[in-house]
Amino acid sequence: MALLEVKNLGITFGGLKAVDNFNLTLEKGALYGLIGPNGAGKTTVFNLLTGVYKPTSGTFMLDGKEMKGKKPAEINKAGIARTFQNIRLFKNLSVLDNVKVGLHNQMKYSTVAGIFRLPGFFKTEKKMTEKALELLKVFGLDEHADTLASNLPYGKQRKLEIARAIATNPKLLLLDEPAAGMNPNETNELMETIRFVRDHFDLTVLVIEHDMSLVSGICEEITVLNFGTELAKGKTDEVLKNPEVVKAYLGQ
Amino acid sequence: MANKSNNSPLVKKKTMRPVTKQNLITYVMVIAVFTLFQTLSATGNLKYAHKALLVPVCTSIIMAVSLNLVVGVLGELSLGHAGFMCVGAYAGSFFSVLTEDVITVSWLRFILAFVIAAVCASVAGILIGIPVLRLKGDYLAIVTLAFGEIIKTIVNALYIGKDADGFHVTLDSTKLNIAADGQIILKGPQGITGTPKDSNFVVGFILIMITLFIVTNLMDSRTGRAIMSIRDNRIAAESVGIDITKYKLMVFTISAALAGCAGVLYSHNISTLTATTSNFGYNMSILVLVYVVLGGLGNIRGSIISATILYALPELLRGFSEYRMLIYAIILIVMMIVNNGTYFVKIKEKIFYNFSSKIKKDKKEVI
Ligand SMILES: Nc1ncnc2c1ncn2[C@@H]1O[C@H](COP(=O)(O)OP(=O)(O)OP(=O)(O)O)[C@@H](O)[C@H]1O
Ligand SMILES: [Mg+2]
Repeated sequence: MALLEVKNLGITFGGLKAVDNFNLTLEKGALYGLIGPNGAGKTTVFNLLTGVYKPTSGTFMLDGKEMKGKKPAEINKAGIARTFQNIRLFKNLSVLDNVKVGLHNQMKYSTVAGIFRLPGFFKTEKKMTEKALELLKVFGLDEHADTLASNLPYGKQRKLEIARAIATNPKLLLLDEPAAGMNPNETNELMETIRFVRDHFDLTVLVIEHDMSLVSGICEEITVLNFGTELAKGKTDEVLKNPEVVKAYLGQ
Repeated sequence: MANKSNNSPLVKKKTMRPVTKQNLITYVMVIAVFTLFQTLSATGNLKYAHKALLVPVCTSIIMAVSLNLVVGVLGELSLGHAGFMCVGAYAGSFFSVLTEDVITVSWLRFILAFVIAAVCASVAGILIGIPVLRLKGDYLAIVTLAFGEIIKTIVNALYIGKDADGFHVTLDSTKLNIAADGQIILKGPQGITGTPKDSNFVVGFILIMITLFIVTNLMDSRTGRAIMSIRDNRIAAESVGIDITKYKLMVFTISAALAGCAGVLYSHNISTLTATTSNFGYNMSILVLVYVVLGGLGNIRGSIISATILYALPELLRGFSEYRMLIYAIILIVMMIVNNGTYFVKIKEKIFYNFSSKIKKDKKEVI
């Protein structure tokens, strides 16, 4: 059974069909790309898959379970985590605490245990710190653990968002332009990291990206969106050679 | 990667975490100031008028710290905080007057009054919280403001008496039909008279310590992180599985319960409890908000300091009669300028981020 099954998903904003008739099947462990010109509806697809927007048509299933109509927090608990195109960190929390918020539903103790400093508090907090540092290390952020998230340089903020998303222990990871604002070196490093976390954390990754070197570098297959509809779909190198796709990008 | 955790600097480090250190400073500060004034007062070195300020200052501090939990930590603007204090004050006084002859151990009765007031105020917190938490920013502020006024109006209209037949509750004083040997506890606009004067500086201090303990430990825990993540970025918090409604309601409830306890402290320090604009109205709510904003959003120690200074000042300045408000205004301005270092900038940022732009942002920003 496929991990993610999207059927005829669509949403309309006051007459504008931002996404129309979107279909996608992701097998477990896939590294899949979603590309398209500006305003094509890529981020909107993510917002639909994470419950931020309610679809006006279609459905989608994760691991055979219906997800449509669920709230963002429920969808995350079911196993979908994401990053944001315009970075959304918890600015006034430390880098470590940002990841610990991601661990919120993974390691628990009650509010009462927290207020009264019961043994569960110390035990779980210690485990949370260890786990969070372990994750930060993957992204080379462990030495910034005590830094305020807002004080991190841009590229590292993007990485922290990925670390926080992985902390929620997802099955499916959605990355919205993870390489935006990164130089070629950083992008190469990021590609390595994405491959690594996919294997190490047993993830399936769906990535939106404008940087074609990243797309052709790591995505096995891609879908091209244009004006909310699917323009092409298939093996990355073949799709990128498709004249329709080239035209859509050049016509931009 | 995945190195053994004991290699990581943070876990191995045995030094005190910055948060723990900050909290410790706050505790020490409160204990030191308490000891100073308790000594002054016990040795007769405090004027009667100044001694009378001690309990009200404690009330203001608890109000400010508990409101900071909503405004500074959760990032929601509430203008009805005095309403919860009002609920607590009336519930506590009602209970104490009712049981004064039954429970003769005064400290036990007083503790029970606190518990009952905390429960009543948190129920009010939940009742107002459920509909209100669907609202955001300015809308939430307006509705909480109305809530505070409604509570005040209700207690001003309510008559409750007790006789051999049990309780009589009415909004019309002529219809109370109480037996001759009965007792009217709540007399509408005349409020509750004869509350035992159980409050004192020591009780106020203990209550501040309990409030501090609850609020600072809550902030520095899994729950506190979830609450602050909602403040910093609601959409991101939801995306990592934080249940927004649950934590908002929790903050409202805890904050209301603490305000209710402040109400008990207040009402057991005066002989006649009535609800007016200046004690339970929007004036009071806004005054407490001023304490919170000037002390720094999310800054508990700041709330304590600003509530103390700003509450005590107008009273201490009474000697200057006509210049009183002028001096008060100047001090407010000076406080702002002093804060203009990194502090005030941060506060301003937060206010603007949390309040005015929040609605616009949520609506317009493409996620
Ligand atoms: N909440 C909304 N209300 C109205 N229109 C919206 C909303 N969200 C997205 N849209 C519109 O939907 C279309 C697709 O937007 P989307 O952000 O998904 O594009 P994108 O493919 O991610 O583009 P980019 O590459 O620039 O990020 C745009 O025309 C956008 O204006
Ligand atoms: Mg986008």
